[in-house]
Amino acid sequence: MDSNLLSIVTFIPAIAAAILALFLRGDDEFAQSNAKRVALIATTLTFLVSLAVLFQFDASDTGFQMVEERDWLLGLKYKMGVDGISVLFVMLTTFMMPLTIAASWGVSVRVKEYMIAFLLLETLMLGVFMALDLVLFYLFFEAGLIPMFLIIGIWGGKERIYASFKFFLYTFLGSVLMLVAMVAMFSEAGTTDIPTLMHHTFDSESFSILGVHVVGGMQTLMFLAFFASFAVKMPMWPVHTWLPDAHVQAPTAGSVVLAAILLKMGGYGFLRFSLPMFPVGADVLTPLVLWMSAIAIVYTSLVALAQEDMKKLIAYSSVAHMGYVTMGIFAANQQGIDGAIFQMLSHGFISGALFLCVGVIYDRMHTREIDAYGGLVNRMPAYALIFMFFTMANVGLPGTSGFVGEFLTLVGIFQVNTWVAMVATSGVILSAAYALWLYRRVVLGDLIKESLKTIKDMSTRERAIFAPLVVMTLLLGVYPSLVTDIIGPSVGALIENYDGALAEAHAASQTAAASH
Amino acid sequence: MQADLNIILPEIILSVYAIVALLAVAYTGKDRMASMLVWITAALFVAVALWIASTGNATRVAFDGMFQDDGFARFAKVTILLSAAAVLVMGQEYMARRHILKFEYPLLITLSVVGMMVMVSAGDLMALYMGLELQSLALYVVASMRRDSAKSTEAGLKYFVLGALSSGLLLYGASLVYGYAGTTLFSGIITSVQGHAPVGMLLGLVFVLSGLAFKVSAVPFHMWTPDVYEGAPTPITAFFATAPKMAAMALFARVMHDAFGNIVNDWQQIVALLALLSMFLGAVAAIGQTDIKRLMAYSSIAHMGFALMGLASGTVFGVQAMLIYMAIYVTMNIGTFAFILSMERDGQPVTDIKSLNMYSRAHPGRALAMLILLFSLAGVPPMLGFFGKFYVLRAAYEGGLAWLAVAGVIASVIGAFYYLRIVFYMYFGEEGDALEAGRSPVIWGFLMGSAALMLLGIINMFGVEGMAQAAAATLVN
Repeated sequence: MDSNLLSIVTFIPAIAAAILALFLRGDDEFAQSNAKRVALIATTLTFLVSLAVLFQFDASDTGFQMVEERDWLLGLKYKMGVDGISVLFVMLTTFMMPLTIAASWGVSVRVKEYMIAFLLLETLMLGVFMALDLVLFYLFFEAGLIPMFLIIGIWGGKERIYASFKFFLYTFLGSVLMLVAMVAMFSEAGTTDIPTLMHHTFDSESFSILGVHVVGGMQTLMFLAFFASFAVKMPMWPVHTWLPDAHVQAPTAGSVVLAAILLKMGGYGFLRFSLPMFPVGADVLTPLVLWMSAIAIVYTSLVALAQEDMKKLIAYSSVAHMGYVTMGIFAANQQGIDGAIFQMLSHGFISGALFLCVGVIYDRMHTREIDAYGGLVNRMPAYALIFMFFTMANVGLPGTSGFVGEFLTLVGIFQVNTWVAMVATSGVILSAAYALWLYRRVVLGDLIKESLKTIKDMSTRERAIFAPLVVMTLLLGVYPSLVTDIIGPSVGALIENYDGALAEAHAASQTAAASH
Repeated sequence: MQADLNIILPEIILSVYAIVALLAVAYTGKDRMASMLVWITAALFVAVALWIASTGNATRVAFDGMFQDDGFARFAKVTILLSAAAVLVMGQEYMARRHILKFEYPLLITLSVVGMMVMVSAGDLMALYMGLELQSLALYVVASMRRDSAKSTEAGLKYFVLGALSSGLLLYGASLVYGYAGTTLFSGIITSVQGHAPVGMLLGLVFVLSGLAFKVSAVPFHMWTPDVYEGAPTPITAFFATAPKMAAMALFARVMHDAFGNIVNDWQQIVALLALLSMFLGAVAAIGQTDIKRLMAYSSIAHMGFALMGLASGTVFGVQAMLIYMAIYVTMNIGTFAFILSMERDGQPVTDIKSLNMYSRAHPGRALAMLILLFSLAGVPPMLGFFGKFYVLRAAYEGGLAWLAVAGVIASVIGAFYYLRIVFYMYFGEEGDALEAGRSPVIWGFLMGSAALMLLGIINMFGVEGMAQAAAATLVN
């Protein structure tokens, strides 16, 4: 096909960044507001163009659509395309970015560089969700670290340097192992084309290295290498520790992007690579992943209860919610994976909104300590309402999108592993506990703190940022088919391939055993 | 005879130029002519590079196999000449301003370049040794160019003593190889050993390898590198970090494949071990450095480890990967040293990393270029440095060295830390006395050009991939 639509969507922000870098001079107020305007226009334009992708998308087709392909170095290909799994992540990214830029209107330090970093980040994130070549995917996936590293390091809080280094090195270490696995795949299969690799059967015969018996052979090793990368990105317990640091230190917009989009790359990676390409390896390690998810849900919810910093609390809540996602993915049935994708999208809106909520009061008071607040409802009724709404959505109140995601993943997992489902369900109660308690401490009660007596309610700009998020959260909450109709067929095909590959591998090992 | 001379005409022209210019300038202007001489030399390098690049892709042999002019040699020579020209031009203003620009400097560089060209074309252990020594002797002198500086003379002396030792090792190894093969010609050695080499030959191989490892500064023969890098004037350090590295790596590949190509299994493990140690030592030891030149020395050790990883695979693709890696490495280093050359305060060169505090505020353009180069050095996509690593990783995996590939990427994560530290000073640091950036548009041009290449090169690598492939194919057959 000859459509360049996906490349256009991907590179609009990058072009805007280049324009800012090359043509915008000076650092006065005028230049600053120009930088903001250019960034807002570019991201909005990207969103509008990406709507065309959504409208052209044919949900009944489970293959990749709007594919573009060009030759590149070393037999690699520049290949982009979307399917039912990735198209909504593209939409999530383009939807969130204008809001993020609008939320950064108050930035006054190095505005031009700030906007360039965010625009480049958007290009790279979009590339991750569209790339259909292994190395192209890796390129976008890793390159995203650079702008995020700078965003945390330059515009972050007091401990920003520690947080930025930890963020970079942690995720870099996870990804380089994936790179070796990619090199191995390239050599074994002779191609880096993702659609081809999804139907390639990698060797799954067990072998021993250094006396360790590896069940599932190559596939298990490759699965682990990819797992190292995606689990850190997700992040899964116990490799989640970079996230609270990064979230707390990042500027508000950085936290929003991190929570709403960057974390989703891990889940997307599991769906795009781990399950379809290494089914035997995934099957071998599923119990491990499921229990890690269950532990993550309960453990990080408990940790969230003990937090005194609002952003840290929400960060831990993110880890818990990502636990539902990994659990749903590795349940490997229709409800589980549908739920996982739904949960990722809904978490994108909700956690993004919650970080924005923290940003609203942080901009006014310059502290994120929960103890520094209390009784905000008296002076900020609109804020209290919106914060209430997203707290409830985070808890998973029916009628909000949070409920659908959690419910579907739990239904999915219940059919596979009842014990894990039981442990995970207790997380629902815990999440209600920490979220509501946070709300009570910050918003309810009497306004006794002297410093809060003059606090102002949300401005029109701030309300305008929240409005689309409220709409999306409600819309998906009451009408989830909007999402499941699009992802359903692709997920169905994914599961069919997965089960088929497993059955085949099983039959092969049976005949091998019989012939011995 | 006539035909033989035709083949080595580029080398002859450069040698004659060096001698004639030396005499002419010694009798006339001396150091007053130095600046002009730098430009002439650089122009000559570029002209010779273009000439060599346009001589087609035939393989020609001179002096009964002592000297080979093949695609591989031409690739290496073009890289060497262009990088030497770049470094000469880049350092000219720096040296002139500090009154260390002697007229011998460009001429010594010319002689060392001739040595390198002989090295990469060597088809015989004697030719190899002659090339190596010509190159090294010129470099020993250049390293101590700043005669009145204790550090510079110390660097020169250290380099000389250790270099002489390594040459001795190499020569001893060569004599053993000669004893067991009965010839010093590579083409003779390769036919004399099949399957497994006799122990004596193996011993010779190990000594030759040690000598070569010294020249590429692979661990455990790296000790001279940080001191020489730190002690020598920065433009000369820049030279050490580029052309001689390319020449030594190319020579390494040539000896291993032309002379010992039949006993890959015998040397593969040694080279893999050199690669492993270099990558880790380069990554770990650089963390504690405060001087950017010493840091770059360790960085170059780590990078040589990666290039050796490609070589260790023992395949055509491995050589191709190594060539691409080296071409990218040389380009990155030219840019990085252009940046280091521009670091100054009150006209005095500064090499302390801490002095880069908030560099990005004073010089946003230069800081951005350096940022790109640093991430490229660290091997983070989408910079070209990542593709260099990707090639050698793939070569290593296909050569059956998956463990080395895993070790390599882990080393690259450790290494990323110290590159990030420079970014940290430039972008996140405390506000302090801003550095000046010099006024030389030449240095600015090289810095920006190199950074742009790192970014734009990912589109098609400017055809280097295909050239390296052809070059590797002529070496390994």
